[in-house]
Amino acid sequence: MIWGSAQEFFHMGGYGLYVWGSYAVTAVLMLVEPWLAARRRRRAAQRAQETAEMAEMGHS
Amino acid sequence: MTRRIHWFTFASPSRFYWLSGKLLPWLWASAAVLTAIGLYIGFFVAPTDATQGESYRIIFIHVPAAWLSMIVYVAMAFWAAMGWMLNARMASMMARALAPTGALFTFIALWTGAFWGKPTWGAWWVWDARLTSELILLFLYLGYIALVEAIDDVRRADKAGALVAIVGAINVPIIYFSVRWWNTLHQGATISMTAAPKMASIMLTAMLLMTFAFWAYAFAVVFVRARAIVLEREADTAWVQEMWLQGKEAAR
Amino acid sequence: MRDLFLAVLVRDLTLAARRRIEALLPIVFFVVAISLFPLGVGPEPEKLRQIAPGIVWVCALLAAMLSLTHLYAADHADGSLEQLLLTGESAVVVAFAKAAGHWLVSGLPLVLCAPLIGLLFDMHGDALVALTLSLLLGTPTLSLLGSVGSALTLGLRSAGMLIILLVLPLSIPALVFGTGAVAAIDAGMSAQAHYSILGALLIFTALTAPPATAAALRISVE
Repeated sequence: MIWGSAQEFFHMGGYGLYVWGSYAVTAVLMLVEPWLAARRRRRAAQRAQETAEMAEMGHS
Repeated sequence: MTRRIHWFTFASPSRFYWLSGKLLPWLWASAAVLTAIGLYIGFFVAPTDATQGESYRIIFIHVPAAWLSMIVYVAMAFWAAMGWMLNARMASMMARALAPTGALFTFIALWTGAFWGKPTWGAWWVWDARLTSELILLFLYLGYIALVEAIDDVRRADKAGALVAIVGAINVPIIYFSVRWWNTLHQGATISMTAAPKMASIMLTAMLLMTFAFWAYAFAVVFVRARAIVLEREADTAWVQEMWLQGKEAAR
Repeated sequence: MRDLFLAVLVRDLTLAARRRIEALLPIVFFVVAISLFPLGVGPEPEKLRQIAPGIVWVCALLAAMLSLTHLYAADHADGSLEQLLLTGESAVVVAFAKAAGHWLVSGLPLVLCAPLIGLLFDMHGDALVALTLSLLLGTPTLSLLGSVGSALTLGLRSAGMLIILLVLPLSIPALVFGTGAVAAIDAGMSAQAHYSILGALLIFTALTAPPATAAALRISVE
């Protein structure tokens, strides 16, 4: 293990801002993107469901 | 006896929807596992760099993001071209699904590049060939997205996007060459960020693992978006309505 | 083929001649935009001379983009574009002719203004020649690239901005080597290589842009 303590780990040899600034933004983006895509899929599924419901009502 | 897989069957949106649904859990799992291992090696096994200290650890996301931004663009142009030439709807939908993810990776490459550049070279942005080309790639993505979103007619948008993506793909080498040349001309003002730190093989391992992790992630999120696009476009078709009527969870 | 080319070209030039003010707008924009830079960065001759080629080139780019929205829009609006495509004549030749017309009306005047603009920035003889020559080789490329963008965005609301977003990245090579030619002359070296590359870019674009424009027209009109 390279890091003596958790504090050392977060400090990143003085480069903490840059390393964690990069990783934090990347992590946030790569969590938000799938969430947005899944939400889009859910909405599309809902709309498709509504379309199917209306078609069924039209047939019966 | 093995069944021959007829790959062209997945050109049908319904088959793609089915297959991608089956693959998604594995893709997310792969992305998570590869990320965990890659970052563990990157942060707890790989040593401190002699010249750059701890700041070099940004490459474990900067380089994979940059590589993927380029791979996704090529894939996007390829599928858009297939959709145009073979009149295959699913291919065009795949191209549209790829674009936002590619743009995101490009942005991440630029952001992490800036955060790496500041401690290393003293400036948040340097106009070196790689970063400048990455910026232009972002413009190419944004142009594609803006154009397809601006056209209401779906098929016209698909074909117009395909033309733009292909023209972009053809021009990328020309643009990269001219930016490289431009950069060497004005060498005095800039320092090249292409000189990667001499990498211990353990650093390379971590970087490769993260590249595969990003790749799995890209497949997963693009599949999710492609499924959304399929449902949006094919809402009136029999198979989508079947899916609901049979009580198969349309929300799965 | 030549008859078709000439017919379309002469028609476009005639139409431009009838709307002289509209045809001159790009040049006016060009001069006004360029004049803003000294106001923005200060009047020191040394600094202005250094940034002059870049400014002139970028403003030429933007001026060319501005006039592109009308390239096909007017014909599309009154139905003559569809007629032209329906006749079965080569859309590629039409595209080439329209790009040529655009350059003659919007590009060539910029090239002719360039020496005067260069004097405003205290550029010297050889540099002025290099600037003019680089623009002469570069502006046709811009017209050709722009015609692809114009055909793709036919009838769209935000066509102007879209054309800029689509075409500017593609014009970066011409920009880099065009300004590079002037920089080379300033540094006392020959700009031969730059002119060669600009020429090669022009030939490549002249061969690939008209077919791409023709394809774009078919996509936009059908």
